[in-house]
Amino acid sequence: MLEPFLVRALLAGLGLAIVAAPLGCFVVWQRMAYFGETVAQASLLGVALGFALQVDLTLGVLVVAIVIAFLLVWFGRQEVVALDSVLGLLHHAALAAGVIAISMIKGAPVDLMGFLFGDVFAITSLDIAWILVGGCVVLAIVVWLWQPLLRLAVHEDLAAAEGVAHQRVRTIFTVLLAVTIAVAMKIVGILLVMAFLVVPAVAARPLTGTPERMVVLTALIASASVLVGLWLSAAFDSPGGPSIVLVMSLAAGLSLTAAGLRQRR
Amino acid sequence: MADREARVAPAATDARSHVPGHNPEHAHGVSCGHGCAPQPREEMSAPFDRNALISARGLGVTRHGRELLTGIDLDICEREIVTLIGPNGAGKTTLVRVLLGLESPDRGEVLRRKDLRIGYVPQRFDVDAIIPMTVERFLILGGKETPDRAAAILAEVNASSTRHQQLSQLSGGELQRVVLARALLRAPNLLVLDEPVQGVDYTGEAELYNLIGRLRDDRGFGVLLVSHDLHIVMARSDRVICLNRHVCCSGVPETVAKHPAYVRLFGDEAARAFAIYRHHHDHSHDISGLPHPAQEHAAAQDPAPGGSKRA
Repeated sequence: MLEPFLVRALLAGLGLAIVAAPLGCFVVWQRMAYFGETVAQASLLGVALGFALQVDLTLGVLVVAIVIAFLLVWFGRQEVVALDSVLGLLHHAALAAGVIAISMIKGAPVDLMGFLFGDVFAITSLDIAWILVGGCVVLAIVVWLWQPLLRLAVHEDLAAAEGVAHQRVRTIFTVLLAVTIAVAMKIVGILLVMAFLVVPAVAARPLTGTPERMVVLTALIASASVLVGLWLSAAFDSPGGPSIVLVMSLAAGLSLTAAGLRQRR
Repeated sequence: MADREARVAPAATDARSHVPGHNPEHAHGVSCGHGCAPQPREEMSAPFDRNALISARGLGVTRHGRELLTGIDLDICEREIVTLIGPNGAGKTTLVRVLLGLESPDRGEVLRRKDLRIGYVPQRFDVDAIIPMTVERFLILGGKETPDRAAAILAEVNASSTRHQQLSQLSGGELQRVVLARALLRAPNLLVLDEPVQGVDYTGEAELYNLIGRLRDDRGFGVLLVSHDLHIVMARSDRVICLNRHVCCSGVPETVAKHPAYVRLFGDEAARAFAIYRHHHDHSHDISGLPHPAQEHAAAQDPAPGGSKRA
């Protein structure tokens, strides 16, 4: 029989793998990986906020992630400095600020490593509820907005000129991404959240010809990686989140190598 | 309708004015050769052309303290091919984005006809599209058309062979045709093409313009074409607007090619095929490219700085 903590880890990991799949694909299609990375690293401030206000940490992270995401969107509007330069500057600054904020929390010492790399075996039933409820809401919205999201991913100006409410759709997507980052943080940690989203999508890309198939394959690769990663972690006592991400990265490496070889022939 | 005709009667001296309700200003000596003339830029009160598909008055765009566009008046009617030319940095793409509603102007207004349906072919369509998608799926994405209709349109733009290919595998020319096919599939009454021949070779360019001209004849939509290039474009155009942050000159292709403002912008080389007329300059450009009237009162009296005049 599986230990309860292992069951919780599996439930959380598999749930997140499925929810993260469509978002990861859109992040890859729209080249938003750096954007997500910055939101994720800034989320450490949310942990500190949660501690300071004595509220649920996921809630603190969620609020901070959404605020940071909109700040970044707002920064992106100015045209003096390219957005990736702003992000490159900010994501280190955000991480530094988060670490300092957490170190200044009085009382019991905080497990910083747990927030940076996740602690999948410390998942509580409340965390699982967050993932399942939040995941269902996120998935429902993605299904509802599937066509406009795809049109934006193909070409934003074209979609806008054809009448897609691009500002609104983009705003909703930004919130969904922030929610997913906040929820996933518990499992893989803020440093690996974006890898959890992006790496399976990258692995799936060369093997697919339609956006829908890419999302399904992304979910499958992510789920398999969760299973293998957690098994590795249980068998060899390696940290859970990093093990999952390492397995994903191996899959992506194989897939890209195969694609490269195929192209050469 | 009857009272509208009556209202227009005083302008009937302009035999070319085929658009009812047209600004009578057009009647005196502005040789634009059609009924959809740009209005004088100093006169912001010129009324919108309500019959035009899209009608802009006094458009101005300022970015980072630089005036990118100033005092633009523009109308595009049905069945009309309007070509927007101008050097790099003239604000062509900005103007198109404002007309499409992708950017809002800082000054002025754009009036879009209620039934306006735009088919848009953007300047750059990233060839390295990372999203996996076949051409057929791209064509029907977000629309109500069937794959069969998509295939028929693809045949019309000579791109049938691409139907089952991935977007990421297409060449620049194929991609342009596919994007054009998508625009046509929406049954637009205004087709907007922003530099559609980038990455297309010379024969491909002539072919594409012929295709657009033929489609216009068949379907009767208006066309707004942006180009930094000249002669092939002009041959098919009903009207050319020469833009350099403001409308430098506009009119039928021959008129514009002879216009000193055009020659100044593009050099003698470009105008060599045409006779060059001398006339007094109605404006000059300062170092930042902004237009200044040569004489204040001259500019104010000038009914249409866009019009061509012989000295």
